[in-house]
Amino acid sequence: MMSLKINGQDHQVDAEPDTPLLYVLRDDIKLNAAKYGCGLGQCGACTVIVDGNAVFSCVTPILLLKDKEITTLEGLGTIEKPAPIQRAFMAEQSAQCGYCIPGMMMRAQALLQRNPNPTDQQIRAELAPHLCRCGTHMRILRAVHRAAEMMTRADAGDQGGTL
Amino acid sequence: MTLSARIGLIIAAALIVLGAAAGALAWRPAIAAIEPPNPRSFDPELVRRGRQLVALGNCTDCHTVRGGQEFAGGLPVVTPFGTVFSTNITPDPETGIGRWSEQAFQRAMKSGVDRAGQHLYPTFPYDHFTHVTDADDRALYAYLMTRRPVRAPAPANHLTFPYDQRPLIAGWKLLFLQRDEVTPDPAKSTVWNRGAYLVQGLAHCGACHTPRNALGAERTAASFAGGQAENWVAYALNAASPAPVPWTEDALFDYLRNGWQKDHGVARGPMAQVVNNLSLVDDDDVRAIAAYTADIFGPPAAGRIQGAEAVRAEAAKPRSGPPQTSASTSAPKASGPDSTEGAAIYVAACASCHETGRALPYVGVDLHLSTGINAPDPRNVANTILYGLAARNGERSPIMPGFAASMTDAQVTALLNYLRATFSKQPPWSNIAQTVADARQAQAAFLQTAAEPPNIAIHTSPRGQP
Amino acid sequence: MIAAFTLDRRQVLLGGGALIVGFSLRGAAAQEAASPAKRPGSLATTPYLDSWIRIDADGRITVFTGKAELGQGIKTALQQIAAEELDVSFEAVELVTADTKRTANEGYTSGSHSMQDSGTAIRHAAAQARELLIAQAAQRLNQPADSLRAENGAVIAPDGTRLGYGELIAADILHVEAQPSSKLKDPASFKVMGRPIPRVDIPAKVTGGAAYVQDMRLPGMLHARIVRPPSYGATLTDVDGAAIEKMPGVVKVVRNGNFLAVVAEKEFQAIKAMLALAAAAKWQEHPQLPAERGVRELLTNLPSRDMTILNVSDPSVSGLRSIEATYTRPYQAHGSIGPSCAVAQLVDGAMTVWSHTQGVYPDRQAIAEMLQLASDSVRVIHVEGSGCYGHNGADDAAADAALIASLIPGRPIRVQWMREQEHAWEPFGPAMLTQAKASLDAEGRIADWHFEVWSNTHSMRPGGAGCLLAAQHKAEPVAEPAPKPLPLPEGGGDRNAIPIYAFPNAKVVHHFISQMPLRISAMRSLGAYHNVFSIESFMDELAALAGKDPVEFRLAHLKDQRARDVVQKAAEAFGWAQDQKPPAGRGYGFAFARYKNLAAYCAIASEIEVISDTGRARLVRAVAAVDAGQIVNPNGLINQIEGAIVQSSSWTLYESVTFDDTRITSIDWQTYPILRFSAVPDTIDVHLIDRPGEPFLGSGETAQGPAAASIANAVTNAIGKRLRDLPLTRQRIRAAIEA
Repeated sequence: MMSLKINGQDHQVDAEPDTPLLYVLRDDIKLNAAKYGCGLGQCGACTVIVDGNAVFSCVTPILLLKDKEITTLEGLGTIEKPAPIQRAFMAEQSAQCGYCIPGMMMRAQALLQRNPNPTDQQIRAELAPHLCRCGTHMRILRAVHRAAEMMTRADAGDQGGTL
Repeated sequence: MTLSARIGLIIAAALIVLGAAAGALAWRPAIAAIEPPNPRSFDPELVRRGRQLVALGNCTDCHTVRGGQEFAGGLPVVTPFGTVFSTNITPDPETGIGRWSEQAFQRAMKSGVDRAGQHLYPTFPYDHFTHVTDADDRALYAYLMTRRPVRAPAPANHLTFPYDQRPLIAGWKLLFLQRDEVTPDPAKSTVWNRGAYLVQGLAHCGACHTPRNALGAERTAASFAGGQAENWVAYALNAASPAPVPWTEDALFDYLRNGWQKDHGVARGPMAQVVNNLSLVDDDDVRAIAAYTADIFGPPAAGRIQGAEAVRAEAAKPRSGPPQTSASTSAPKASGPDSTEGAAIYVAACASCHETGRALPYVGVDLHLSTGINAPDPRNVANTILYGLAARNGERSPIMPGFAASMTDAQVTALLNYLRATFSKQPPWSNIAQTVADARQAQAAFLQTAAEPPNIAIHTSPRGQP
Repeated sequence: MIAAFTLDRRQVLLGGGALIVGFSLRGAAAQEAASPAKRPGSLATTPYLDSWIRIDADGRITVFTGKAELGQGIKTALQQIAAEELDVSFEAVELVTADTKRTANEGYTSGSHSMQDSGTAIRHAAAQARELLIAQAAQRLNQPADSLRAENGAVIAPDGTRLGYGELIAADILHVEAQPSSKLKDPASFKVMGRPIPRVDIPAKVTGGAAYVQDMRLPGMLHARIVRPPSYGATLTDVDGAAIEKMPGVVKVVRNGNFLAVVAEKEFQAIKAMLALAAAAKWQEHPQLPAERGVRELLTNLPSRDMTILNVSDPSVSGLRSIEATYTRPYQAHGSIGPSCAVAQLVDGAMTVWSHTQGVYPDRQAIAEMLQLASDSVRVIHVEGSGCYGHNGADDAAADAALIASLIPGRPIRVQWMREQEHAWEPFGPAMLTQAKASLDAEGRIADWHFEVWSNTHSMRPGGAGCLLAAQHKAEPVAEPAPKPLPLPEGGGDRNAIPIYAFPNAKVVHHFISQMPLRISAMRSLGAYHNVFSIESFMDELAALAGKDPVEFRLAHLKDQRARDVVQKAAEAFGWAQDQKPPAGRGYGFAFARYKNLAAYCAIASEIEVISDTGRARLVRAVAAVDAGQIVNPNGLINQIEGAIVQSSSWTLYESVTFDDTRITSIDWQTYPILRFSAVPDTIDVHLIDRPGEPFLGSGETAQGPAAASIANAVTNAIGKRLRDLPLTRQRIRAAIEA
C-alpha cells in the first residue's frame, strides 16, 4: 500500500513500488487521460503533471512520488466544467484521433503555469517530446496560444474564451 | 566569493596594469571595412573545404542559438567571469562580418582582435585558432562569406568588473596566447601530424578537455587532463582517463565517426554536438584526430587492461531480461542510509532499459562500462539522469527520458551513490547534493539555448528485440 | 461484383446470419454514376431504410452506419447529414457506428469511402424517410403531401397542426427498400450540413472521458500481453512457463504453437510477466529478409505479373526530346501513437470482440474461422482506437484477444500491444518502384507518356483467418491467402498510376509482385502516395525540359475544369508567379492529383527551407486547394487536409522501415523517427472549393501524394538537384548538393 496524492485527493494504492504511475492511474484509479504510447519516454502520450512539471508517467515508478502532487487531465476540469486549456482544444478542434492530445495538454498546461505568455517558438520547443501521428500540430499550437490568452484574461477577471 | 575568484580578481587588477603598460599591444588598428564580397567570387572548391573546416571547428554550435539563424550568434556562454554572447559571423554588413576583409578575419583567428581593433574574449578559442594555417583560414573565410547574411546584433555581454574591461584581454594574451605554429614531428606518421594540427588548432579539443586556471586560460602543464564545458566534465584524454575500457585509435574513430562506441556508450552533451559536426567531415580527418588522441592517451597500464577485461566480462553476462522485482542482476553493494532507496530507484527506473539486452546505441550502455560512473566527478551522470537524451527531429537517435521533474535532489543523490557503489570500484563521490543542484540549473539553461538537442544522429539501425 | 441482397431488420438486430455479404472494395459509389437505376451509396447493398434509420415512438432518432470513427470526424459528418435531410436538429440524432449486431455491412472504413458510401446512403435514406413521414401525415390529416412540410422533428400542416415523427412512426413504415432516387434538400436551405459543427467525439477526448477501446474496463476484466516471435517465421523451440505462472497476479500462460501470451489481473503484472516469458522463450529464427538490398534491386528481382492498364495512342503526334526517371519508396509504417488494443469475452459460446478494426464484418468472419465458430456466434463492435491510417495491428489484436478469451470463458480479456510489437509486426505500407519516360513535342507539350509501377498488393486485410497473426502463429496455422491486386478504377499499387492529364500517347503498366518479404497491407492512399509523388515529380522534370512554369505546364495538359480550378486556386493563394525566385536556401514546389482519379481533387504548393550544410529540409509553408464535392463539415475537411499534409511531410522527409536479414530493426520512435514539433510548418492554409449539390468525394487521403510531390519539387527548386528516392532524408539531400 502506498499513498499517492492525485488531483487533490489521497489514494491508497495497492501496487508494487516499481509500478509506473501510468498503470496506477489507469488500472487502480481508473483514469483515462494518461495514455500508453511507448512505455519508453519517447512519445509523450502518458504525460501528467507532478509538482507543477510535466512528467512521463510511463517511466515514473510510484516509489518516486511520495508526498508529491500528481495532476492528470481529469484534475484540470470536466466535460461539464472544462478548464481553459480544455476549452481551447475544443474551440480549435485540435484533435483527430486525439490519443496524443491529453499528454500534449498537460505539458502545455505546465508551460502556461510557468510562463503565461510563451512565444510560438517556446511552445514548439516545449512540445518537442510529444508525437502526433494524425498531423494536428497546427491546431495544437493554435489551441495552446488560445489557452494562454484565455488564462491571462481569466486572471484579469474575465472568464475568457467560448466554445 | 570563492578563493579562486578572489585570486582571479587580484590577478585581474594586476593584468589591467600590465595591459595598460603594454599599451602598444593593447591598442590595435582597425582594418579598413570592405564592400561585402560577391559570394560568387569565391572558388567553390575553397568553399567546400571551408565547410569541412567549419565543422571541425564547431563554429556552428557557439555561433547559433535555439530559434536563431545559423551563424547569427547570440548563444550565451556562461563563464566564471560572467556571460559572453557569441557574435554574428554571417556576412551581414552591419551586424555580421560582411565588411571584414580576409586579412581582418585572419587577424581575428590568429590573435583574437576584431576588424575594428577591439580585443575579443577568449571564449572565442583563438588560443587554438592561432595555429590554423593561412590556407585554412582562407577556406573558412570563403565558406562564411558565402552564407546567407542575417541581420542579428549580438546581445551585450554580462560581465562583472573588471572582466568587462577589454584592455585586460591584452594582458591575458601576453601571458597565455602562444602564437607559434604546430611544428610537425618527423618521427611520427603523416596521419598523426595531421591529427596534432587539428586537435591543437581548429578542433580546439583542449578548450574543453584541458583544465583552466583562475584566469580561464588552459593550464598547459596539464594538457588534456580533463576540463569542463556547459557543466559537463570533459574527461581526461591522457593516462588519467576514467574510462573502464581504455580507448584505442579504432575505438576513438568509431566514436567520433558514429557518435557511439560499444565499450563506451553514446556521446551526449557538448560532445554530441562535436560528433554531429564531425559527421560532415571526411574519414581521413576523423581518423587523424583519433590517431593523435590515442597517442595522448598512451598505451594503457597493465592494471587497466586487466580491469577492462573484468568489466567487459561483467557487461557480457547474459541478462535474464529486466529485473523482476527488487533484486537486480547487479546486487546492490552500496551501504548507507540511502543505498536501499538508490537500489530501488535503479531497478524501477533505470534497469527496465539498461538491462534489456538490446544493442547499443538505442539502449543505455551497460553501466559497468560507463565512464561517467567511474569518473571522479558525478556531474555527467547527474546531467544524464536529470535531462536524459532528447529526441532529434526526424533523425534516428537514442532517446532517454530525463527525470528532472520526477526525482528530487535526494532521490538523484541516492541513485548516484548506488550507481557508484554498484558499477565502479572507485571510492564514493563527495558533495553529490551540490553537484545535483548545480546540474539542474546549468543543464536547464544549456538545453534551452542549444540550437539542436545535444544528442547524436545515427545512420544505421542495429538489431533490436521486438 | 456487388451482390444485391435483402437485409431483414429483425435479423440485423438479432445479429442474425443473413449478412453474408459479397462486399467489394470497389464499393458502390464508384459505379453510382454509371448506372442511374442503382441505389445510391451503400443503399445499393443494404437497401432497407430501417437498416439506416430508426425512429422510436417517443420521437428518438437513431441512425446506423457500418463505418467507423477513426478520428476523421465521420460520426459528426454523418450525424449532420442525417439531421439535415430528416429536418431535425443536429443534437436530435443519435448515431450508432459499426457493430455486426446492429449496423449494415459496409465493408471497411477505408479508401476515403465513408462519405461516398455511408454519407450518400444516409442522406438518401433520411430524405426518403422524411418523405414517408410526410406521406403518412398526409394520409392521417387527409391533406395533400405537398401542402405539408417537415420541420424540427415534426410534420406541419398549413393550419399549424404538428405531428411528431414519433407519432407518425407507428407502423413499420421505414421497413421498405430505398428508391433509386430521393427528393434531396436544396443545398441553399441547409441548416446543419455545410457548417463547421464541432466534432462530437472531442469533448470526451480532451477531458479524460472513456473515448477508446484502450479505455474499456469491463467487470472482471483481465489484462493479457503477447510474446511475439523475434522475427517473421521464427518458431518457438522451448519455453518454461511454470515460473511465470507463479508471478504475482498471473492467471495463465498461453502457449498455442508459436502463439505465446500471458494473462494477469493487473496490467503492469501482465507486462512484467510478458518480459519474463519473453526472456524464457527460445526461438529458432530464419534469416529471410532482403537486408541491404535497395528497393530497386529488391522489387525488380521478384517475379511479377504484368498488366497494361492504359494504352492510348495517336500516331499523328510524336515526341522530339525525351527523358526518363526512376522513383522509389521504402516500406513505411502506420505508427499509430497508441499501440493496437482489443477486448474480447466468451459468454455461453458466443464471442464478443471490441476492436478498432476498420471492418467489423470481415474481422468477424476471420475470427470465427480462426476459432472455428459459426460467424453468428461472433460479434465485433467497433470502438475507437488510436489514429488509424490503414490496416495496422487492430485486427491482429482483436484476434489475439479472442484467442485468449476463448481459453478463459466468462472473463473479458484486454490485450494491448507493446510499442516494439506494433512497430515490428504491423503490416507496413509496401515498398514501390516506378519508372517514367516521356517525350515532348515541338511546342513543349507531352507527346508520349510511359509509366510502370512495381508493387505488392496494398491489402492483406482479413479476408479470412490466414491474415491474422494469431491464426498464423497458433499450433494449426491457417495459411495466409494469396495476395491479389486490387481492381481498378481504384486500384492498389496502381492507384493513381494512370495520369489524370491528357496525353495523346500513353501506356501504363502495373507489375504486380505477389511475394511479400515484409508483412504489408493498406496504408493511407495505398499506391497513390508513390504514384502521385512519381508522376508529379516527373511533370516538374518535363516542365523544366520544356522551359515552362510547373503550374502552366500542368494546366496545359489538364482538361477537367474542376481540376483546373483547384490548381489555379492553390497557385493563386500561394502567390505562385511565373518568374518567382525563392530566397536563398528556400524552394517552391507544386503538385496536384485527383485521388483515385474519381475522389477529391487536391493541389498543394509548398515552400521548403534547406540547410545546405546538413541537408536538413523543413516544410515551411503549404497552401492547399481542395474540391471534395458538396462539403458537409468544412472544419472537419480542413482538419483532414492539414493532417494529411503534415503526415505526408513526415513520410516524405524522414520515414523508412529498417531491417537486417532476419529482424525488423525499426521498433520504436528512436529507430523509426517521425516529425516532431521543431520541424512543424509555420503555416498551412487550406482553401475549399464547395460544390453544392455535387456528390461527396472522398477526401481523407487525397493530400498524401500531392504533399509528397510538392515537397520534392520544392527541394529540387531549392538545391537545383532532383531526388527520386523516398524519403528525402538530410543525408540524401546533402549527398545531392555535394554531387
